[in-house]
Amino acid sequence: MKAPALTAAILALALPSFALEGDVRIHDPSTIVQCNGKYYTYGTGGSCLVSDDGWTWRRGTTPPRRGMAPDIIHVNDRYFMYVARNVGAQPRADINLIWSKSLDTNSPDYKWEEAGVVASSDGIEDCNAIDPGLLLDPKDGRLWMVYGSYFGYIRLVELDPKAGGRKDPNDPPVNLAINCEASILIAHDGWYYLLATHGSCCRGADSGYNIRMGRSKIITGPFLDHEGIDMMQGGGKLFAGSGGRVVGPGHFGRINLGDGVEKFSCHYEADLDRGGASVLDIRPLLWKDSWPVAGENLREGTYQIESVRTGTVLELAVEGVPVGGRRERRGGGPGAGGPGFGGPGGGAGPGAGGPPGGGGFFGGTGGVIPSQDVAQVSTNWPTVNSDLRMANYLCQAQQKWSITAVTNADGYLGSPYFKITIAGTDRPLAATADGELVALPAFTGAPEQLWRIDQLTDGTWRIMPKSAASSKEPLALSAVGSSFATLSKFDPRSDKQRWWIKTP
Amino acid sequence: MEKQPTRSNETGVTERDCAESQSQHDGKPSPLRLVFDTAALRKIILSALLVLAYLTMQPIANAAEGLASAPTLTRPTSASKSPSADGFIQRWLILEPIRANSLTDRAVQALVKKEYFPNQFTVVPKDGDKVAFDSAELIWHAVDTKEYNVNLYHFARALGKPTSNVLLWGVTIVNCPEEISGVRLAIGSNAASVWWVNGQEVIGIYGDRQTVIDDGVSKRLTLKKGPNIVRCAVINGGGATDFCARFLDANDKPLKGFTVSAGEVAK
Repeated sequence: MKAPALTAAILALALPSFALEGDVRIHDPSTIVQCNGKYYTYGTGGSCLVSDDGWTWRRGTTPPRRGMAPDIIHVNDRYFMYVARNVGAQPRADINLIWSKSLDTNSPDYKWEEAGVVASSDGIEDCNAIDPGLLLDPKDGRLWMVYGSYFGYIRLVELDPKAGGRKDPNDPPVNLAINCEASILIAHDGWYYLLATHGSCCRGADSGYNIRMGRSKIITGPFLDHEGIDMMQGGGKLFAGSGGRVVGPGHFGRINLGDGVEKFSCHYEADLDRGGASVLDIRPLLWKDSWPVAGENLREGTYQIESVRTGTVLELAVEGVPVGGRRERRGGGPGAGGPGFGGPGGGAGPGAGGPPGGGGFFGGTGGVIPSQDVAQVSTNWPTVNSDLRMANYLCQAQQKWSITAVTNADGYLGSPYFKITIAGTDRPLAATADGELVALPAFTGAPEQLWRIDQLTDGTWRIMPKSAASSKEPLALSAVGSSFATLSKFDPRSDKQRWWIKTP
Repeated sequence: MEKQPTRSNETGVTERDCAESQSQHDGKPSPLRLVFDTAALRKIILSALLVLAYLTMQPIANAAEGLASAPTLTRPTSASKSPSADGFIQRWLILEPIRANSLTDRAVQALVKKEYFPNQFTVVPKDGDKVAFDSAELIWHAVDTKEYNVNLYHFARALGKPTSNVLLWGVTIVNCPEEISGVRLAIGSNAASVWWVNGQEVIGIYGDRQTVIDDGVSKRLTLKKGPNIVRCAVINGGGATDFCARFLDANDKPLKGFTVSAGEVAK
């Protein structure tokens, strides 16, 4: 039953949410890599972006070799960067390797070494040797590079994982796809996926860039799309296209954070909210039916937070008021059919409810029942710290949560921290010092009131406090019982810490 | 469809069945007998009436037998008992039911905070102890359950007591060989229930509900070395009523390194 819910979750969040903070202008960004706790990406023209938390970015140091659309990978103790350049009229180009043991300019290991050309195109053959993309095969540790652009084929060569150069320069490249660019390989669950960008680049808001993909059990292909069309014949299932206020995604890069959390980076050819600049974005990477799916970072809104494990939702531990007020069937009161309180002989007898559509209890009120006004139903709620619990969702005010980005509170890869408050109030969900949950009377911005919300690869969400004083390891919101939630270490094999965030 | 308060007992007979059989047994001639007054039909009807009469008498017969007629409950025969393989506590002292009639949060809290008998939040009763409430004498019964849950419907029915709109108190003694911290009491109940460990209220679940394993779970708590008192109050509306309880360790796994006792069992 996960697939429909995943689809719903994706549809519900169909528009991009937040743009990354800071200076995120870049074109053709590399895969994002980490070094000394910082995140790095490199783009065309020697551009570099650095971030301490993955949310707020700034300009970094230009590497010594400037060029086109680099890709970078960390293998053993080295960062291999592959950078393309035109060496004549297109499609004559080559891809050069440089490497360093660190990307941190403050490190004594920050020193780029040139290691020569690893692939090239002579301007005549059906290939343009630019846009490298790397894969270190998790299955056997072999290192592969794909490259190419709109002059023929996307090609595959094997590299030496120790030195980064070609494993055997005499091995001819293998053609995998045609007439696309910005290609890269990823591996998942026994499949190889070739992601490549179709459409036109470099036209601002008129760019048709979109990311497409095919898959193969063998790294040398053929890579077929969901319709069985070979990418050598122009096939490609859409992975990400334009949407909302951003145009032309391209240059996919995978970021596997482990524990069922994956992200991908890309650039948009034009972000309409940033003057049409080409900008970096980081989004959740999901998997459905053994195909990668482009997720969206969480948007601000009002939600119900439902446990995958139990199907119950997080709520303030207060006695709820039925939406529309309490209604009782004629002859009501205990013994007249209220669930669980009917004595023998009570219940749905003639006159107790009436047939649906014929008036009576089951005929409804005859009008629209408005959503519950939290101001009206919260008069009996405690004004001090309140417990949390879980219950069946009944559209009640204590079950609806506003999730709002918190500015100036740092962030994490691709997203800011959020506050989670009972909708219509300032009562925030918070972590306690002993690793439990509490709803406070008011939001103060303290770390235990800030939440990291990552979409997992199955489309569900992991919800973690920025800080839980008692724990040295990250904790996540956990449905330890059907009616009780707590904080505990995230277990990717369990549903306890997986949540659906649904629009009520 | 809403839950109807006429659940079958183990014989497949419901309270409604019994009520209906009684109405057929009031001496008025059946329309069938007026139309088909044959010897064969009389035999069939007589047999049916005998069966229905027998079934109608069952609760009374059960009450006479006491807990021996409760199919899932037995009287303890040992001084202490280990939890089940899944950690469920299977030995309890249960007080005969008290009339109660609400399941909402505030109503249940009010119900369980009302004083029914002296020291109700501290007393550790013995099997056979009696308390007086509302001109009635209620008896504590030590029981072992054969199942993961304690079937209060079986308990009350076997004693000839009401099963609907009732409150039942339960107490057990959890004996720990050493202090155990970071554990949680995890319960399920049909229907609402409130739970205390060593006098501290740790769980309250409300509304009409079925028993689900680990439905209500406490915050992390510490079981002290030696005896720990676990107390519960379960309020039922209609139909079946039961509860289950176990402790979870710091990794949410069933805790099993303890024994359970219910004091001295009357002969």
